Amino acid sequence: MSQQVVRTRFRRGDGRVAYAYLAPALLVLAGLLGYPIYQLVLISLFDYGQEQVSGGAALEFLGLGNYRALLSDSQFWTVLAQTVGFAAVCVLGTLLVGTALAVLSTRVRTWARTLLFLAALGAWATPAVAGSTIWLFLFDANFGFVNEVLGTTGFSWTYDRWIAFGLVAAQVIWCSFPFVMVTLYAGIKAIPVEVVEAAALDGASTWRTARSVILPLLRPLLLIVTIQSIIWDFKVFTQIYVMTNGGGIAGRNLVLNVYAYQQAFAASQYGMGAAIGVVMTALLLLITFGYLRALRRTGEEL
Amino acid sequence: MTSPLGKRPGRTVAEGVTVLVAAVVAFPLYWMVLTALKPSAEVISAEPRPWTFAPTLDSFTRALTVQSFGRYFLNSVVIALIVVALSLLISFLAATALTRFRFRSRTTLLIMLLVVQMVPVEALTVPLFFLMRSVGDTVPAFGLNHLGSLVLVHLAFGLPFAIWMLRGFVAAVPVELEEAATLDGASRFRFLWQVLFPLVAPGLVATSVLSFIHAWNDFLFAKTFIISAAENQTLPLALQVFVKPDQNDWGAIMAGSTLMTIPVLVFFLFVQRRLVSGLAGAVKG
Repeated sequence: MSQQVVRTRFRRGDGRVAYAYLAPALLVLAGLLGYPIYQLVLISLFDYGQEQVSGGAALEFLGLGNYRALLSDSQFWTVLAQTVGFAAVCVLGTLLVGTALAVLSTRVRTWARTLLFLAALGAWATPAVAGSTIWLFLFDANFGFVNEVLGTTGFSWTYDRWIAFGLVAAQVIWCSFPFVMVTLYAGIKAIPVEVVEAAALDGASTWRTARSVILPLLRPLLLIVTIQSIIWDFKVFTQIYVMTNGGGIAGRNLVLNVYAYQQAFAASQYGMGAAIGVVMTALLLLITFGYLRALRRTGEEL
Repeated sequence: MTSPLGKRPGRTVAEGVTVLVAAVVAFPLYWMVLTALKPSAEVISAEPRPWTFAPTLDSFTRALTVQSFGRYFLNSVVIALIVVALSLLISFLAATALTRFRFRSRTTLLIMLLVVQMVPVEALTVPLFFLMRSVGDTVPAFGLNHLGSLVLVHLAFGLPFAIWMLRGFVAAVPVELEEAATLDGASRFRFLWQVLFPLVAPGLVATSVLSFIHAWNDFLFAKTFIISAAENQTLPLALQVFVKPDQNDWGAIMAGSTLMTIPVLVFFLFVQRRLVSGLAGAVKG
């Protein structure tokens, strides 16, 4: 039997089999992601409050009313700015720490690297709720170890808006840098030794080798970890919710995600909550696509 | 052994820094376990010390007995395991379809998978809340206040990434192998489960770790869906019951956090090598 025959026989009915294999996934995704996305947009166009949910009051179609109210609300703009700033700090911090430690781990012996990786795996594995509570206790005003060491007993790390944000950002970086570190370390390790040696033979300095040889080879990986970090940090919920007790005093530590939750489930303004969700989704898609395009313009293959 | 970056001046300094960083990174976890083992008086002391000479399991006892922590633990385990099993099965089939078959709309599906990954699932709490409410009217086990609702959402949220990740592993299995299996008379079904499935095991492990952690760590959806059924609460929310307006029971909170972190930690340590190669594989694919 020739190769050709096998291949032909192989392909007959491929489409049908493929769809059979895909069916469960498509079903789950359509029902639990596709349909809710459609519903999210739909709900955001209505005045959907407590009376409509439990009392059976008639739904009032607002069109873009929720969005208009949202965009003219100064709190929304504050929250939006905070979300972007907070995410930017978290992403930059995570990438910096993760990259630096990945490089560091290529320059030490196995025992030191194992120690660092174990610690990082611990931070990575800690569930967000547990991690947030641990940090909260470490920085507790009266019983916290940090205040004891700094001699600032009684100082509240969660009272001031920016200090609170900084604390949460530090916690987020603590539990997200390991992903970047481990991925980049694996990437650096995967670069053939010959490539680096060739650069050295050509007289390239360590810095030059890192910049002109290793960095370009790592770019696809860097792209992945950056996008992942943006996606994660833009929608941090648990850390903010737990560490600032639902968004801080008078909601001054709110980010979009927590804001949407509070509007919907605390204030029972489900329509408004959905509208914030739509805005958040749109922004995230915009950021990601903008980033991808910028990269492609610099000549990056995806 | 030469490092890829070539020279290694000041390796001792680098190792010193590494040890220091490792200590700082691990410190919060050390503090968690330490606090869980401290007697109450030492926990809420104005002069906390980084050691204890009178370790006790009181906090663990309190966490486990007072608030039926065991029940919550079990709930979390059940949800995570069902999610892992289902998403492995579904994503393996889907990844196979997307890599081993050429069919129309394949590219469209791949792009959709990528885009869907960027949708912040947290934004979907409102529609999902109402969806689960309606589902609960017909099938109570999958409605609000039941574990099934959490299984459903975590299954859906983890799938796009799981499929995307497994794709790389399935693609790495040479097509010749499938041709050889076919020549030997193996049916598609046999090839799928007896050849391909074992070969992508590292990818499956990495995928399951991520799905497990996703489901295990969830706070938002458990908080939104399990409103009034305390017996169906999961671990992340159980921690919150020790947070009180007047005086947090930090000992019990830390004991609970420890109990919650240990399974994930063990899982992680157990599969860390495969996880790294899994992530690298997903990236290369």
